[in-house]
Amino acid sequence: MAQYLVLIYGDEKAHAAGGPKLWEQLHEGHVAFGTKYEHAVAGGNALQDTSTATSIRKDTDGSFVVTDGPFAETKEALGGYYLIEAADLDEAIAIAKDVPMPSGGVEVRPIMVLDMSR
Amino acid sequence: MTITHTSAEVAAAVADAHRREWAFVLAATVRLTRDFDLGEECAQEAFAQALTSWPGDGVPARPGAWLTTVARRRALDALRHESVVRRTLPLLVADDVEPAVDEAADRDGEIADDRLRLICTCCHPALSRETQIALTLRLVCGLTTAEVARAFLVSESTMAARITRAKKKIASARIPYRVPSAYELPARIGAVLDVVHLLFTTGHTAPAGADLIRRDLVERAIDLARMLRVLLPEDADVAGVLALILLTDSRRATRVDPEGRMLLLDEQDRAQWDVREIAEGVSLVREALGRRPGGRYALQAAIAAVHAQSPSWAQTDWREIVALYDALLEVWPSPVVALNRAVAVGFADGPAAGLAAVDALAEEPQLAGYGYAAAARADFLRRLERHDDARVAYEEALLLTENAAERAFLERRLQQLPGLTR
Repeated sequence: MAQYLVLIYGDEKAHAAGGPKLWEQLHEGHVAFGTKYEHAVAGGNALQDTSTATSIRKDTDGSFVVTDGPFAETKEALGGYYLIEAADLDEAIAIAKDVPMPSGGVEVRPIMVLDMSR
Repeated sequence: MTITHTSAEVAAAVADAHRREWAFVLAATVRLTRDFDLGEECAQEAFAQALTSWPGDGVPARPGAWLTTVARRRALDALRHESVVRRTLPLLVADDVEPAVDEAADRDGEIADDRLRLICTCCHPALSRETQIALTLRLVCGLTTAEVARAFLVSESTMAARITRAKKKIASARIPYRVPSAYELPARIGAVLDVVHLLFTTGHTAPAGADLIRRDLVERAIDLARMLRVLLPEDADVAGVLALILLTDSRRATRVDPEGRMLLLDEQDRAQWDVREIAEGVSLVREALGRRPGGRYALQAAIAAVHAQSPSWAQTDWREIVALYDALLEVWPSPVVALNRAVAVGFADGPAAGLAAVDALAEEPQLAGYGYAAAARADFLRRLERHDDARVAYEEALLLTENAAERAFLERRLQQLPGLTR
């Protein structure tokens, strides 16, 4: 078994424009996903939108630069994630395809396993 | 076996075995090592050992089984003695990890055929198309990194980095070393066939440079298609791809004249077409369309078969070809297919109808930078004796192709136009 982070990207403007109806639909979708993959979901959260984000970079002189906004401005922003367990990438992809994604899509990233014995 | 061989005979036998059996040997060894690098190392050592053993012992009756047994023994030795530090990547995920030693099976030569596993892993959808092709050439065809780099016209270090990155992704993201389930198989085989066909096309029409044909890539593509045919004898799409490749390749001797100029179908000497490839291709087309009517590659092959079986250009059954393009557009609605259909319409119903069909596609953004669209227009305008318009279209086509042979063809046509009429 291995763990994968499923990063959910979407168009925030479309989400905002969708109103309570879309919100409810998404909520139901995630509840259904969570029920179907109860055995595989190890964690997950929705994120507040990128207007609430703060980015911190280290400057060359060692000081910190704190800026308002996400790390990278993209049309489709990170809006949530699941941590899932799957035997292999094929299984992870099959699960990820069922994540509600009204706009944008998801990125599947394997979790790095640190081998402490080495 | 007591027959001894000269070293030249053995070298030839090993080279032949490398081409025929590499995928079989590597695929079976990787199932044991669950690591591509170690698997490749052991397979290479087995071929090296053949060079020293076969001169005295004779070439075995089944070289593939001999080589696999040697490679797997090496792998078992390596795995027994290997320190964990040696391995840089996690093990490949395989669904049936076999007992550590199955030497009894090896002794009987009953080695499972893992080639389908190998090629499906190389062509996994989580890898980019160019990575799929590079891995297929390297792992399934057994090309060196330098040879793969040459096929892509990139430097060896670039290709080495690409292959290393791909192996790392397969291991780290756990792309399984497995034959896909029956449910996934058609789509996955579709990706494999796309890779094989792209390899053939790249070899058949080298996009730049002086050589119009890269024979080495063509032969690898034919080998791969034949291998898939052995592995999946009932698959209509596999039959369709092999048919398409053979029928297209049957015209290889006549695609360019002795001066390297590209020749169109109407200029080619049909007596030089490869009748053996045509016969095999035609029978495969029938089989493929019988098993699954409407297969994309089978329909393309059927079009090639109409040309291959026509005794002359003038006797070509253009109505049949237009009908086949109509069927192809149903399953593959692509502007390039529509353009080819328009060209066929031009021969079935005359250049005016053809020009109208090409102009109907003028809005297609995909065709805007496509040299063949301008070349097709130019040809219809030439046949309609609209020489000034034809000249403009030929010049546009020349701006859009970099292939030297194709450029020479277009320039020749341009020069053959009568002088300016205004």
